[in-house]
Order: sequence, then structure tokens, then C-alpha cells
Amino acid sequence: MSTTDQISPPLTIEVEHLVRTYGGIAAVDDISFSVRRGEIVGLLGPNGAGKSTTLRILTGFLPATSGVVRICGIPVAANTADAKRHIGYMPENNPLPEDMRVNEYLYYRGRLKEIPREKLRTRLDEVLERCDLKRIRHRIIGKLSKGMRQRVGIAEAILGEPDVIIMDEPTIGLDPHQILIVRDLIGSLRGRMSVIISSHILPEIEVTCDRVMIINGGRIVAQGTPAQLRHEVLGHTHYEVQFAGDAAALPEMLAQVEPTLVVESVRGPDAAGFHEATLITTCEQELGELLFNAFTARACRIRSLKRVQPTLEDVFLAATKRSWDVVDIPGAKKQAPAPRLPPP
Amino acid sequence: MLLVNTSTYIAAVLFLFVMGFFFTFLLESYSEAARETSPAFDFFRLFWLAVIIVVPLMTMKSIAEERRLGTLETLLTTPVSTGEVVLGKYAAAYFVYLLFWGSTSGLFYVLHRFATDPRLLDPGTLVGGYIFIAVSGLLFVAIGVFASALARNQAVALVLSLAMLLVLIFGASFAVNIQFFQLEALRPVRQALDYANVFQHLDDFSRGIIDIRHLFFYLTGTALTLILTVLGVEARLLHN
Repeated sequence: MSTTDQISPPLTIEVEHLVRTYGGIAAVDDISFSVRRGEIVGLLGPNGAGKSTTLRILTGFLPATSGVVRICGIPVAANTADAKRHIGYMPENNPLPEDMRVNEYLYYRGRLKEIPREKLRTRLDEVLERCDLKRIRHRIIGKLSKGMRQRVGIAEAILGEPDVIIMDEPTIGLDPHQILIVRDLIGSLRGRMSVIISSHILPEIEVTCDRVMIINGGRIVAQGTPAQLRHEVLGHTHYEVQFAGDAAALPEMLAQVEPTLVVESVRGPDAAGFHEATLITTCEQELGELLFNAFTARACRIRSLKRVQPTLEDVFLAATKRSWDVVDIPGAKKQAPAPRLPPP
Repeated sequence: MLLVNTSTYIAAVLFLFVMGFFFTFLLESYSEAARETSPAFDFFRLFWLAVIIVVPLMTMKSIAEERRLGTLETLLTTPVSTGEVVLGKYAAAYFVYLLFWGSTSGLFYVLHRFATDPRLLDPGTLVGGYIFIAVSGLLFVAIGVFASALARNQAVALVLSLAMLLVLIFGASFAVNIQFFQLEALRPVRQALDYANVFQHLDDFSRGIIDIRHLFFYLTGTALTLILTVLGVEARLLHN
């Protein structure tokens, strides 16, 4: 039941061919993935992509139309009550009872999660300490600020020391400082519990998560570490260089450095005689030094040279766009892109 | 949550105020002219007033509010089943309902303390009346929780349970008097309606007759309503 459990399998979440339809329209369309123990996984997707639905099915709150979900090896559909014992869940918008005090609420939730009374006292102190809630433990939840409420939600999710923590948009509506706190809190769970977070705040996911799944139209369109995704989805790298010298000789020079390196655009020269060029290549190796040497060998002066790191945002846009393109092709494997549904 | 909520206490005060008012009114009319029945008998005949005010107000929040706030989702992702949630809500509401009625025993205590005439207090009627309240309350509260499970909005739950309670309490005695049911062919229907007449049950209980059929009526009614409530909550999850 807890993370110390020796016999629990290394895969904490297994999802196979999960489908969920609302009135004949697929909100989740044949999703399969698995999460290892101690891994933090981000679920990215535009609004209505099926993130919340997927997470709700994982918790056993919503039944799936078809497919199998196993939490710590326990099939959720067949043995919901047992599977729920391994899950800590924080839903979207983090609903909390308005007229309870923080410690009352956590105590009540702890009892619901079948934590024995004597153990719950110490566990409660631990969790309050960890989420920095000690000072506000006697305050009424309805009067807390959003950041505090969010921390109460997280405290509730980790209270039962579950193997799997599922959070639906944990940082939505928080200020940067609070986001940092929540991020650290989630990061501190790494290695002990599997965490699955949905979000559409991309830097968030990039910093916290070991692995990212991008989901669109109810399907997984890309998955891997942020670095893998960059390579897989975008497949090319940009360099930006500002130099003073002969711009016309540039393509020939680049071809000597690396055959796939080509000029995307050149601007200038500006008042100081510097051109600004954007270069593109499918080569994965770092070409910065080679480029620098090539420029200086031709007596070009360099003002700046940098490799442009595509953000996860670019990856996300490319991946979701690509998935729309794929499903829009007539006669594609499965027609009819799953329409975006408002969350129920 | 019911016991820490201010609105419960406000409702309790209003309830006691109204019941106390009726009680005084009853005693005044008794002091003017002698009657055949005891004040307790007439007092319990007013139970419907308390039921249609207290039960909907007390139960309207139980599930509808959880659903509106979204806490039903967090509740159902803990290792508790829908049935346990419904039973918990029901038991809490029923407990408060009994507390409300229990508090009216103060009225009889005052009467006992100050009344010189022992005929005013008939223990049989009193005990029978309270048993009726406890037994019928099972069904009334269950109906309130059921209405709350069907509605997303508290106000809708309130109106729904009010309507269902009115039909349950007055429906049978009203329908029996409809000309249509006087037909000989509909005799079984009329009998069934008679059997379901809540006021008839009250009279029997007040006379000290505890009929197994009445108990059966309320217990099965409660079980059925609670099962429907569980199904209602689950159906809403399936089709939302």
C-alpha cells in the first residue's frame, strides 16, 4: 500500500488502448502508456484534448468505454476500491469544502483514506510541515488564498503516501512565486511516488517532468523527454549568427562545415556592417565551434553566435499541428478528428 | 457538516419556535374546552408541517452541494463506494432529524412539570407518536437525499423533495376521495391507497398499535429510495 511495499511492481500506471466516448464522440481515443515508479510525467494538450478525462479514468472516478487501466498492477475497472488505495488525486480547480478548517479537512480525508488514527496524527504534522501549512492549519479553507488552497490540495493528495499521484492542472491560477513552491513540492516527490501532472503551462512541465506526453484530439501525438521531443517533433536546429564579412559566400562556407547546414535568412548589413543570419540544420551535433572557426578563417568578424534552443512550446505547437494534419488527411486510418469537447 | 453549520441551528430554532407556537395554541384550545384526545395526539397530527419544512431544507445540500463544488469527485476517488457516501449522508441527515424532533420533548416536559391534570399527558400517545416520527422519518429523509442526488442545484433539490413529500403524505388520502376510485373494479387500488395513507399510520401509532405492515411500508420504501439514490448518483457520473 505504501512506497515501502516490496512486492509492488515497477510499473505503477499501465494504460492499454483506453477509449472513452461521450455520446458517440471519442474524448479519449485509443491511448496507451505506462509510468514507472518514481517518475514524474507531464500530460500536455490543448483545452479539451482529453487530459482531464484520461486522469479521471485513471482515478476510477469515470468508467472507460473500453481499454484497460492498471494502477500498481490492479485493474481499476474490476477492483476500483483497491486501486483507489494507491492513488492521491487532485482534480482540476482543486475543489475543497469551504467551511472546514485545514487540519479538520486533512484529518477527515486521512480517515477516508483508511489511515489509522494513531498514525494519522504524526502523518498530518509531516504533511503540514512539508507543504508549509503549519501556520494556517486552524484557518477556514473558504478564507484561504488560491496558493494556500492549492497547497492544501497537494497535502491532501500526498497524505496517504500513495504510489501514484495524479494532479490535474496543479499550478493553474498561481503567481510565479507560488508556482515555484508548488514545483519544488512536486519535484520533492521524485523517486518515491509516481506523479502524473496535466497542464498547458509548458515551462512548468519542462522543469518538473522527466517525461512528457503530448495529447491532442484524444490521442497521444508525441512522448519522450523534452530533449527527445525537440528532436523527434521538430527534427532540426537553428543557429543565429551576427557577422561582418561577405554574405554572398555564406552558403558555400556552410556546406564545408556541415552539408545539411543551410541559410534560412540573412538580414543587414546594419550601420556597423554586421549581417544577421539564421541557419538551419538537421544535424544534431553541436556546430558552434566549427562555425566560429570557419568564420574566423575567412576573416569574418563575429559579434554573436548561438544555437537556438526550441522551447517546449514550439514542440507542442508542432506536435499538435501535426496531429491535426494527420487526422485531416482524407482516408487516413481513422477519420473524423475527435472534436474538442468541453470537460464534463 | 450538518452539525457545524450555522444554518442547521437557525433551522432548529425556527423549527422549535413554530412547534412551540402550535403547542401553546393547542394547549390554549384545550384549556377552553375539554376534548376527547390528548394534546400529544393533535400535536403529532401536525408532523407534516415540520416534515415539509425541515426535511427539504436539511437534505437539499447533501449531495447537490458536493456535486456543485466538485468535492464529490475527490470524495469518490477515496476508497469509499457510492453506496457508502449515500448512506453516510443519509445517516447524518436522519440523525439531525431525530435531534430536531427530540428537542420537542422539552415541550412535553414543560407540560408535565406544570400541568395539574394528568390526563393531559398520555404516555401511550406520546411514545407511539415519537415512534411514528422515527419510523416515518426514515422514508422522508431518504426522499430528501434522493432529490438532492438528482438535482445539481440546491433549489431544485428543495422543490423536488417538497413535491415528493407532499405527494407521499397527502397523495393517498386525497386520491382515495377521488370519484374515479370509488368504482368497484378499483377496489384493490383503493385498498392500496388506504394502506399507504400516512395519516392512517399516525393514528395507529398514536393509539399504540405498531403494525408490522406500517413498519414494512417505511423500511422497504427507505431501502428502495436509497437504492435509487445510489443509482442516481452513479448514473450522473456515467452520463455527465
